Amino acid sequence: MAVSICAATPRILERGNGPEPDSLDPHRAQGLSAHQIIRDLFEGLVRDDANGNLVPAVAERYEISADRLSYSFHLRADARFSDGSALDARDFVYSFARALDPLTTAPYAAVLAPIAGAEARMRGDSDAPLGVRAVSPQLLEIRLSTPRSDFLRRLALPIAMPVQRSGIAAHGTGFTRAGRLHGNGAYRLIEWTPQSTLLIERNPHYRNASAVAIERVRFHVTEDAAHELKRYAAGELHLTESLPPGQATRLSAQYPGEIVITPAFASFFFGFNLRHPALRDSAQLRQALSLSIDRDILVRYITGNGESAAFEIVPKLAGESGARLRSADWSADARHRQAQKLYAEAGYGPSKPLQIELRYNTSLVNRRLALAIASMWEQVLGVDTRLRNEEWKVFVQNRRAGVVTQVFRAGWFADYADPLNFLEPFTSGNALNASGFASEAFDAELALAARTDGVARTRALESAEQILLDSYVVIPLFHYTAKHLVKPTVCGFRAHPLDHHPSEFMRFCEASAQ
Amino acid sequence: MNLWRHLLLRLSTTALTLLCLLVLCLGLLHLAPGGPFDTEKLAPPEVQAALAARYRLDQPFVIQVRDYLVAALRGDLGPSFQYPDYSVQELIAHAAPITLSLGGLAALLAIALAIPIACGLSATRWGSRLASAGGLIALALPKFVLAPLLILLFAVTLAWLPAGGFDWTRPQSFVLPVLSLALPQFALLLRALNENLRAALLSAPVIAAQARGYSKRRVIWRHALPLAIAQSLSFLGPILIALLTGSAVIEQVFAIPGLGRYLVQAALNRDYTLLIGAVLTVAVIVALINLFIDALQYWLDPRVRG
Repeated sequence: MAVSICAATPRILERGNGPEPDSLDPHRAQGLSAHQIIRDLFEGLVRDDANGNLVPAVAERYEISADRLSYSFHLRADARFSDGSALDARDFVYSFARALDPLTTAPYAAVLAPIAGAEARMRGDSDAPLGVRAVSPQLLEIRLSTPRSDFLRRLALPIAMPVQRSGIAAHGTGFTRAGRLHGNGAYRLIEWTPQSTLLIERNPHYRNASAVAIERVRFHVTEDAAHELKRYAAGELHLTESLPPGQATRLSAQYPGEIVITPAFASFFFGFNLRHPALRDSAQLRQALSLSIDRDILVRYITGNGESAAFEIVPKLAGESGARLRSADWSADARHRQAQKLYAEAGYGPSKPLQIELRYNTSLVNRRLALAIASMWEQVLGVDTRLRNEEWKVFVQNRRAGVVTQVFRAGWFADYADPLNFLEPFTSGNALNASGFASEAFDAELALAARTDGVARTRALESAEQILLDSYVVIPLFHYTAKHLVKPTVCGFRAHPLDHHPSEFMRFCEASAQ
Repeated sequence: MNLWRHLLLRLSTTALTLLCLLVLCLGLLHLAPGGPFDTEKLAPPEVQAALAARYRLDQPFVIQVRDYLVAALRGDLGPSFQYPDYSVQELIAHAAPITLSLGGLAALLAIALAIPIACGLSATRWGSRLASAGGLIALALPKFVLAPLLILLFAVTLAWLPAGGFDWTRPQSFVLPVLSLALPQFALLLRALNENLRAALLSAPVIAAQARGYSKRRVIWRHALPLAIAQSLSFLGPILIALLTGSAVIEQVFAIPGLGRYLVQAALNRDYTLLIGAVLTVAVIVALINLFIDALQYWLDPRVRG
């Protein structure tokens, strides 16, 4: 009995895709697995190309006014939904209004907040004028309330993708089912079996349909990386969504040339809750805790999938300079000596060890990391650490409330490739600012970065990040990697900093398709 | 008490149990820390308010129970919190047939294997000990160990069967999950049948049959086995319940979109409506199985009728 996908020239690309997509409505979907599929089914005004560069999509070109408040998008005349109906500027006006309407319950609605009138719409004022206008069917104008240097990047996100008004009017929230869902992406939905698979096929009405090489793609729900690996080994998947932790070396030997590990625009760090008196009052203590962690040990022996030690929040591309912890280039001995000195200055020592709680969400890697770090703190400083793991929902609730947390696990996967996206959660009063960090200087630098471009923007971002790092509000630990196994029969799978891999860019390689 | 009165009494207590279960579930979910909309990237407050209104979480608890009950009686279990594109009844209508099919096949397999093996081995003392020991070993092997071992052997090494996923059109996708489900229950049944067969072989009617000079095979199959099966009925209920309500472990390991998987996912995601819908579905299945076993016992055992 042959079940292997390698038995014949495959026509369906079998993709491991992580958890069940929460929704295929681009305005309501929240999970990364849903967004991966949505990028095959829909397309915004702009998009990322295979290498992560921002390129025009439904808009064939655009102009930005001198005051950088007005964006004019010239839409392609051949833009179509997958049922062949025309897609024009009015569909974008409808879609932006829908995404901002609180009744749509779009979790990413705030991404569109820079648009004039968007905040009033998000508050439920449906009569507030919105800065999105169809000047003609092929010309869309968007006005911002203030200039935003990352606005175009935001428009590549699913929240800014167009939906078909007639489908929503006819089917309500059920418009995302196979046979009803008509997107404007490279593929169209054929079948959706919840918690199992989702099948898509090439959309003949896509503007670039002739360049789409793979006829059909099946996304598999693969929640457990170890099981996904078994399915890959059994020949049931062409590519995996992830790898089990710490197996990169073994898998590289077992599947030479099939393992693809690339730096991701994502960071793992620990945060300090500054509402806790001992942590709030002593930057030396926070610095000492950061200095006593050997990040190389963590990435070499615990995560083990090519992650890089982090001394900054915003991942840097190879050779890129920017803000870093000032101790980044010190030797381990020098760091430990400085940590012990600061720990003593903060009033702690063998007779009065710091007692602290480290809280993390339940996962094997998190537990191992927490154990290793507690051990490093104990060895270098003599800190008595209590480890506390919590189920994800409970953890997220506690971390946000900031009442019971002391040191907590945190991380960030960028929504779009821009340092602003990493740093804005640390602005004063931001709902995602679990540390309770508040710095006028930091806020001012970020505000400057948000409205400027070029060198001034780069400097403001670096300055803001350096303020954050020098405050020791967080302990950067490592930068994630995107990691996949890809069969040699699949070509065109490229490294992407946000781990976006539209099926449109892949193809079956003729030479090795056996 | 006649059968219909007996069943009516059981049905009314079942309805009351379901109502208590609903209130208990809703209450526990509200008491549990962490809510359905606690996510890493928090939605704007207005969106959170709209979500609370849509799912009636802004209403007092009693009103929520009342509204859920009224809607459920109309067959509307509400939209899923985690998968808002689907209603709960759609998800359950999709998951329940899969779980019931796999569980049903596993039950048939366990029974079909246990009966002849028990009959074959119980005839001798060593055979009986072998059945008892083998059953114990199979019972001790946890499903989360057995299932990956089967995958490694039959899917990865031999490439005979798929490692996971479920497809109605590919019967081979049933094989490993059914085997993994059936084996522990087969072991339970084998041990129960073995012990009851041994007891039956010492009973007066069976000894009388032996004295008439019937063959050993006939004595076991015609005389001892019916007695042993009647005695083992009390095991059949829990076995059927374990198989037909879905195994979260097996469904997770094989990526099968069944009820067990939904129960786990819904609990982790605080998907209140999906969790309550799945719990009530499982409760109804359990109640129906219990009714069936009750009716069977009522029919087979005159002491129950008395």
